[in-house]
Amino acid sequence: MAKELMIEKWSGRVCVTNIGATKIEGGSRSRVIKIGGEATLPFLFKEGAIENKPVIAYEIWDIAPTDWPDELVKAYKNVFADPLAWAEKCVQEHKAELLCLRLQGAHPDSGNKGADAQAKLVSQLLKKVNVPLIIIGCGDDTKDNLVLPACCEAAKGERCLIGSAVQDNYKTITAAVLADGHNIIAESPIDINIAKQLNILISDMGLPLDRIVINPTIGALGYGLEYAYSIMERARLAALAGDKTLACPFIGFVGQESWRAKEARTESERGIIWEAITATALLQAGADILVMRHPKAIEKVNKYIADLMRQG
Amino acid sequence: MFIIGELINGMYQDIGKAIKEKDKSVIQSCALKQLKSGADALDVNCGPASRQPLSDIQWLVESIQEVTDKPLALDSSKPAVIESGLKVMKNKAILNSTTADPEKLDALVPLAKKYQAKLIGLTISAKGIPQNKDQRLELAATIVAYCCEQGFPIEDLYLDPIVLPVNVAQAQMRDILESIREFKIISEPSPKTIVGLSNVSQGSCLRSLLNRTFLSMAIAFGLDAAILDPQDKELMDAAITANLILNKQIYCDSYLEAYRKK
Repeated sequence: MAKELMIEKWSGRVCVTNIGATKIEGGSRSRVIKIGGEATLPFLFKEGAIENKPVIAYEIWDIAPTDWPDELVKAYKNVFADPLAWAEKCVQEHKAELLCLRLQGAHPDSGNKGADAQAKLVSQLLKKVNVPLIIIGCGDDTKDNLVLPACCEAAKGERCLIGSAVQDNYKTITAAVLADGHNIIAESPIDINIAKQLNILISDMGLPLDRIVINPTIGALGYGLEYAYSIMERARLAALAGDKTLACPFIGFVGQESWRAKEARTESERGIIWEAITATALLQAGADILVMRHPKAIEKVNKYIADLMRQG
Repeated sequence: MFIIGELINGMYQDIGKAIKEKDKSVIQSCALKQLKSGADALDVNCGPASRQPLSDIQWLVESIQEVTDKPLALDSSKPAVIESGLKVMKNKAILNSTTADPEKLDALVPLAKKYQAKLIGLTISAKGIPQNKDQRLELAATIVAYCCEQGFPIEDLYLDPIVLPVNVAQAQMRDILESIREFKIISEPSPKTIVGLSNVSQGSCLRSLLNRTFLSMAIAFGLDAAILDPQDKELMDAAITANLILNKQIYCDSYLEAYRKK
């Protein structure tokens, strides 16, 4: 007997967010990366359109990370000290289509670099490589409020993705993002109610919802992955049912979380698998951007994305 | 929650006057203010004083369609008036309403089907207003069965249990609420449910409070739609909150604003 597919009809869809601006649009990127736009749950092509494939951003730092495990150090050791060379390696050698620059060196405990120095680095990086850029602060609110606006200005017109705005600290970053034409990452602590509230607060300042990307905060395999998954799934179901305040694409910091797991750190190849598995689970939860670290894990996940998209 | 704004009705003085004088601006601003307050559709009724309802309803529909493409509920007890309105409809239509009487069903169900309109079915018949839940269910089943036979999609049928004023029929309130829940199990797919809300407070003193309390309770019994005054902000807030409590919207501190951003 022929099986009949149960097809769900959705009234809503996820916003499309454009990251990067080409010359015609006032930037200098080689291309624009479009994310979001899903009209159904992940990869259910028979039910609705999946306009854009999920993308992976290579995470690079402004300073050499001190706590990355050997497996990651091996992959980048020659370029750790030079963020420009690191970026170039990702783009040239690993064909990165998107970079995520973490300005860790601005943190008071990690060198306390000033806003000017960080803005200069952003300018240099934009000259060095031509892929779209995500810029992440150091996580210290006071410092991020100085550094991120300077970086926004340095990247004016390049339509970057800037983060992270949080419920207690979103105004300065939102204003800078608005002024210089970027997109914003709205971060909530695995809490769908706060994710929704923060999106409303940011959009009330005049930034349209299609320029917000939700960082729902994720846990790696074995460290709360299921919880992150269920929050993302619930938000996406609400978005598809018509809740515009949750209809934003997701970004997941897979590398950061996966390589913290002790299982990933203690045995050489296992970290790569840990990162790849965490990433693939998040893709099934609806992630649009995965920020990852190990080139081999990224290669595996890119192949997985290509396979899934081909079935559509 | 599907909200139909009730204010374009010739029985209201300003609207009655505008219909008589063919003053479009009054109608259009009444349409827009209801939509701004959160109405998903607008009821259109010429009122009892209209001498040419066949042309008045067309004039109303055309005037409203100049400013919005939201659905319009053509409200008349006379099928000929509804049909006249349908002839000039560009927006989606809701036929308001049929009863369980064969002559009404014969006239309105084919029309609703032809124009791919939604249909409101009042659980009332020539015998009068039902006095209890069983009578309501019987009339509802009559309407559902007729629609099924005619191939009208049941999910486009909105059953109205007939809300009576609380100061007239207090003993029936529980039956009315329970009917809302039981209408849903008459068929699969379920028919939808609707109430003409303001009737509950007809002739009472604390009208707004009665309206919003009844609405919240009806929503808890599974109500899908209501014809009401969307300008009553506390009423709209209560409806949004009742739906939130039923987990139809994800909570956040600004959930009222979030709902209105839709």
